[in-house]
Amino acid sequence: MKNMKFFTEGLVRSNPTFVLVLGTCPTLAVTTAAINGIGMGAATTFVLVCSNLLIAALKNYIPDKVRIAAFILIIASFVTVVDLVMKAFTPDLYNTLGIFIPLIVVNCIILGRAEAFAQKNKVVPAILDGLGMGIGFTLAITLLASIRELLGNGSIFDIKLVGDNVSTILLFILPPGAFITYGYLIALMNRLKARYSN
Amino acid sequence: MEYINIIILALLVNNVVLAQFLGICPFLGVSGKVSTSLGMGAAVVFVMALANLVTYLIQYYMLIPLKVEFMQTITFILIIAFLVQVVEIILKKSAPSLYQALGIYLPLITTNCAVLGIAILAIQKEYSLLESVVYSSATAIGFTFALILMAGIREQLELLDMPKGMKGFPLTLIIAGLLSMAFMGFAGLV
Repeated sequence: MKNMKFFTEGLVRSNPTFVLVLGTCPTLAVTTAAINGIGMGAATTFVLVCSNLLIAALKNYIPDKVRIAAFILIIASFVTVVDLVMKAFTPDLYNTLGIFIPLIVVNCIILGRAEAFAQKNKVVPAILDGLGMGIGFTLAITLLASIRELLGNGSIFDIKLVGDNVSTILLFILPPGAFITYGYLIALMNRLKARYSN
Repeated sequence: MEYINIIILALLVNNVVLAQFLGICPFLGVSGKVSTSLGMGAAVVFVMALANLVTYLIQYYMLIPLKVEFMQTITFILIIAFLVQVVEIILKKSAPSLYQALGIYLPLITTNCAVLGIAILAIQKEYSLLESVVYSSATAIGFTFALILMAGIREQLELLDMPKGMKGFPLTLIIAGLLSMAFMGFAGLV
C-alpha cells in the first residue's frame, strides 16, 4: 500500500507539466490535436518507466562521477527503441511528432526522475514513480491538446463537436495558442492549489 | 541568395523558440535579466555551431558508411555532452575571461533540446556542411534574440502589480504567446 504513494505523487501533487513545469518543449509543440498528446505521452511514459527501472536496478554499478552520462546513454537507448517501433507501427503519428520523438532524450522529466528518484530507490518504487509521472504528463498534455483542438478546430480526438457554420479560432492550433493556453492552465492550477491547500 | 534565405528563415520566420518550440526550458528559466540572457545566448551560439559541424561529419563519415543511422540519437547526444565538457575545459585554460562570462551557462546547454534538435533537423533538411553551420548559427542568434526580447519585457514586469496566480510561469508563457504572434508577421518574408 505504501508503494501507491509513489504512483499517485506524479498524477496531481507533483504533476510534471503543471506543477514542476518540466518537459515544456514537447508540451507546447505536439499539442495541436488530442491524439498527439496521447501518442507523445505514451512514448514518454514508456521511456520513463524503462529508464527508471534500469537505473534503479543498476544504481550500485554506476560510478557516481559518470552517472549523468550513463543515465543519458540508458535513456537514449530506450528512445531509439521507441523511435524504431513508432516508425514501423504508427507511421502517421511518427510523422506528426517528427523531431520530438528523438528529443525525448533531452526531456528534463526523464533525467530529472533518474537523478532525483530512481538512483536512490528500489526497482518497484522506481517503476511506480515512472508510471505515475508518465501518466500525469500524458493526462496534462492531452488536456492541453484537447482544449487547443476544440478551440482551434472545433473537435476533440477528431470528433466534430461544433456545427460547420461556427467559425473556430485558428490561432489556438498555431504556436501562439500553445503558449497562451498553457499559461492560463498553469494559472488555473495555481489558483486551485491556493484554494485547496488552506 | 540561398544562405540569406536560410538565415532569415532560421532567425525570424521559423524562430527556434517562438515557432519551433525548441529550447523552451532555458527560455523560461534564464530570461530574467538582459545581461544573463546575453551570456546564455553567446554560449549557445558557440556550442550549437560547433555541434552542427561535428554531428555533420559524424553522420556522413561514420554513421552512413557503417549503415548505423538508427544510432543517430545516441551518438549525437553523447557528442553534444562531450563537446560541452571539452569547450568548458578549453575555455577555462585558454580564455579565462570568456570562461568567466560563459562558465555557468555551459553545463546548462547539454539539456537545451535546441542543440540536439537543430543538429537532427540540419541532417533531415540535407544541408551541406557550410549550410548546416550557417543554419545553426542563425538559429542560435534567433534564440538569443528571443531570449533578450523576453528578458527586456520581464525586467519591466517586475514593477507591476499582478494577480498572485499569474506571477511567474503563467505570465511568462502568455507574453511568449504574444511575442510568437508578433513573429508570425514575418511569415511572408521569404
